[in-house]
Amino acid sequence: MFEIFGKTQIDFVGKRYIFFALSTLLVSLGLFSLVQISRGKANLGIDFAGGAAVQLKFNQPIHIDAARKALDENGLKNAELQQVVQDNRLLIRVKKQDIVEQNVRDKIQQAFAKSFPDNQFVVESSTEIGPTVGQKLQKDALVAVMLSMLCIVAYIAFRFEFRFGIAATIATFHDVFAVLGIFFVLNKEINLLVVTALLTLAGYSLTDTVVVFDRIRENLKGRRKESLEQVINDSINQVLSRTFNTSVTVFLAVLAIFFFGGEVIHDFALAMIMGVIVGTYSSWFVASPLLLLWRKRVGVLKRA
Amino acid sequence: MKKGVRGRIIFILLTVFASIIFFLPSTPVYSKLPPWWGRVFPSKGITLGLDLQGGMHLVLEVQGEKAVDNTVERTMVAIKGSLENKKTPAQSIKREGRDILLSFAPENKEAISKLIDEQYPNMTTKQSGPGEMVLTLKDSEVKRILESSTSQALETIRNRIDQFGVTEPLIQKQGANQILVQLPGVKEPQRAIELIGRTALLEFKLVDDDNPIARQLPSQIEPDQEAAILQEYQAKIPPDDQILFERDVNKETNKVTKRPFLVKRQAALAGDLLSDARVSIGQFNEPYVAITFDPVGAKLFEKVTEENRHHRLAIVLDNNVYSAPVIQEKIAGGRAQISGSFTTQQANDLAIVLRAGALPAPVTIIQNVTVGPSLGQDSIDKGLKAGVIGTLLVVLFMFFYYRFSGLVADLTLVLNVILLVGALAAMNATLTLPGIAGIILTIGMAVDSNVLIFERIREELRAGKPVRLAVNAGYDKAFLTIVDSHVTTLITAFVLFMFGTGPIKGFAVTLSLGVIINLFTSLVGTKVVYDLVISRRKVEQLSI
Repeated sequence: MFEIFGKTQIDFVGKRYIFFALSTLLVSLGLFSLVQISRGKANLGIDFAGGAAVQLKFNQPIHIDAARKALDENGLKNAELQQVVQDNRLLIRVKKQDIVEQNVRDKIQQAFAKSFPDNQFVVESSTEIGPTVGQKLQKDALVAVMLSMLCIVAYIAFRFEFRFGIAATIATFHDVFAVLGIFFVLNKEINLLVVTALLTLAGYSLTDTVVVFDRIRENLKGRRKESLEQVINDSINQVLSRTFNTSVTVFLAVLAIFFFGGEVIHDFALAMIMGVIVGTYSSWFVASPLLLLWRKRVGVLKRA
Repeated sequence: MKKGVRGRIIFILLTVFASIIFFLPSTPVYSKLPPWWGRVFPSKGITLGLDLQGGMHLVLEVQGEKAVDNTVERTMVAIKGSLENKKTPAQSIKREGRDILLSFAPENKEAISKLIDEQYPNMTTKQSGPGEMVLTLKDSEVKRILESSTSQALETIRNRIDQFGVTEPLIQKQGANQILVQLPGVKEPQRAIELIGRTALLEFKLVDDDNPIARQLPSQIEPDQEAAILQEYQAKIPPDDQILFERDVNKETNKVTKRPFLVKRQAALAGDLLSDARVSIGQFNEPYVAITFDPVGAKLFEKVTEENRHHRLAIVLDNNVYSAPVIQEKIAGGRAQISGSFTTQQANDLAIVLRAGALPAPVTIIQNVTVGPSLGQDSIDKGLKAGVIGTLLVVLFMFFYYRFSGLVADLTLVLNVILLVGALAAMNATLTLPGIAGIILTIGMAVDSNVLIFERIREELRAGKPVRLAVNAGYDKAFLTIVDSHVTTLITAFVLFMFGTGPIKGFAVTLSLGVIINLFTSLVGTKVVYDLVISRRKVEQLSI
C-alpha cells in the first residue's frame, strides 16, 4: 500500500499555541475586512455596490491606458479596467456613485467608437444593477451566511456532544473569516460568487473536522486511562492520510477550474482553493486542540 | 454470483440507462434520431442558463406612485365635468399632490357633496368649509391602484413581448412592485428594452392656436433649448394649456430640431380607445401607423373633429408631439394616421406598443444583465474543458494512490456524473456556469467518501482481518462519517438555493444533487464491485 503519511507521531496538541496565534491573526484579518466592507471601503463587486460592468471583445489589440483615457474623456471617470490580453478582451466596471445617469453601456460603446474608430468591438456581456438591488443582495448574503452557520451548529451539536459542536463551529467561522481576510488583503473583488464559495467551503471544511472528531470520539470510548492530550494527538495522526487525500481530490478539481475555467469563475475557484488549504489546516491544528479548552472546567469529555 | 449482487448491478444499470435517455436531448446525437423518438421518450433535456445561452435578464420597478397621481388627475377632470353638467360648477378646481382642492358657491355645497359621494366613491373628504372642499384618494384605493398597476404592467409587457417574438420568455412578478423579465437568446437587446420600457401613453390634444402666445413661440429650436423655452413661457400661458415639443429630423442633413406647440392640457382622446394599429406605407414610401378607434372612440373622434374644424390636433406619445395635422372636416369611421420620421422598424415597434396598450405607470430598469451568445458558448467550452481536466487529475490520483481500489473509486466518479446530468435533464433544470463549477466540485467530493472507506479498510487489513471482513467493516464504520459530511455540505447548498438568484441557484442545484447522488453511488455503487470480486473467488490480498 502506498502511503504519503506513514505511522506518524506529530505533536499537534503540544504546539497548539503557535497555531492559535496564527489563527487569531487570520481571523482578525477577516473581522477587519468585514468592518471595512460594511463601511464600503472594500472592493465590493457591483452585485453588492450597484453599478455597471461591461465586457467588450475587440478585433485588434487595445492598450489599457488608451482605453482608460477614452473613457475619462467621455464622462466615465473612475472606471475599473481589467484586461485579458490574449483574447483582446476588456472588462469595464463603473461603481454606482460614478454613474450620473443610466445607460452606461451606451456611453461606453460611444466612447470607444469615437476614440478607436478602426478597432471594431462587440459587447459580450453587460450588467447594470441599481443601488437598491445591490443593498438587497448584501442583506440576503448576510442572512444566508448567518442561517448556514446556525444550521451547522445545530447539526453538529445534535450528532456530537455540545462542546464538539462549539469547537467545530469556531473552526468553520475561522475558515470563512481567514479566506475573506486573504481576499481583502489581495484586494480581490468580493461579489456573489465569492460569497457562494465562502458558504460552500464552510460546509465542506466541516467534513474534514467531522472525520477527526469521529476518530477522537471513537478513541475516547476505549482509552479512558490516557490523557486527553494523548488521545487527541493520536486521533489526528491516525486520520492524517484520509483528511489529506480528501482535500487533495477537491484541490485538484478546483485547480482545474482555476486554470481552465475562464474569468467568470476564476475568483470563485481561488476562494475554494484557499478554503481547502485553510480548512485542512484548521481540522488538524485548530479544531481538535480547541476541545482541550473545556477540559479544565468540566472534567473528561464523554462520548456523545 | 450472489443474488444480492446481481440485483444491485441490474438496478445500477437501469439508473444509468434512464439517465442517458433523459440526457439525450441535450447532446448533438439527438438530432440524428428518428422523429418518433421525441414522442415516446423525453424530448427536453437540460435548460441552458442565460449566462450560457446568451440573453437578457431584466428587473423592472413599476412607479406605482405615478399611477396614483394619474388617477387623481383623471378624477379631477371628471369631477369638473360632472359639476358643470349638474349646473353646479366649481369656481376653481386644482390638484395638489394627491389632493383635489375645490371651491364653489356655498349654496351648492350640499348638492356637490352628494354628487361626490355618489359618483366618486374612491375619494374621501379631507377638509371642508362653507365654500370649499379638499378631497383626497382613499387609502384603500391607493393600495388597490399600486397593486393593480404592477399586474397591469405585467400583462401589458407580456403582450408586447409576445408580439416581439422571443422563444420561451419568462415574465413574472417579483415582490410588491417589481417585474422580472428574461429573454433567452434575444438578438436585439436594446430594441427589446425600448419596447418593454416605453410608457406608450397616446393622447390626442387640441392645439391652442387661438391664443396669442402661440404666435410668439419660435417655430424651430435646438434640442437643448427646450428647457429654456419652457421656463420662459410657463408663466405666460393659461393653466389649461401646456407646451409640448415635436422632434424633426431634416432628411438631408440629419439635423435634429424641435418645434414647440401650445396645446390644451386635457386630452381630447386617449390611446385606450384604440382597437387596432397597423403599419402601412405612405405616399413617399414612408411608413406610418394606421390606427382604428373602437366604437366609443370613433364617436368621440367624430365629435372632436366636427367641433374643431380648421384647428390642429396634436398626436402626442409619451408627451412628445408626433404630428399635428389640421382637421379639415369631420372624420367619421374612426380611422387616423400617425406619421413621423419613422423607419419601418420604428413604425412596427410603435404599432406593437399601441396594440398592447400603454403602461399604467412608468417603469424603471433596476437590473439589467445581458450576455451575448458568443460569450455563452465560450463559457460552455471552458467549463467542459475544466471538467475534463479536473476529472482526469482526480482519476489519476486515485489510481496512483489506491491502485485497483482507486479504479473502483473512479467508477463511482463516472457513475456520479452520468446520474447527475441525467437527474438535471429529468428535472429540466437550468445549467449555469457556476452550475458547471458545482458539477466539477462534486467530482472532487465524490471520491472523498471512497477515500474514507478505503482508509478504513486499510486499517482493518493492517490489524490482520481477512479481506472480506475488512471490506465490510470498512464500509460499516465509515458509513456515519460519510453521512455527516454529506449533510453538512447539503445544509449550505440548501441555504444557497433559497437565497441565491440565477447563476448561484444553478450552483446550489448541481451541488445538492451531486451530493445526494454521491451518497448512493459511493455506498452502494462501489460495494457491489467488491462483493462481485470477492464472491467469485477467495481473495487473499486486496489491491488498495
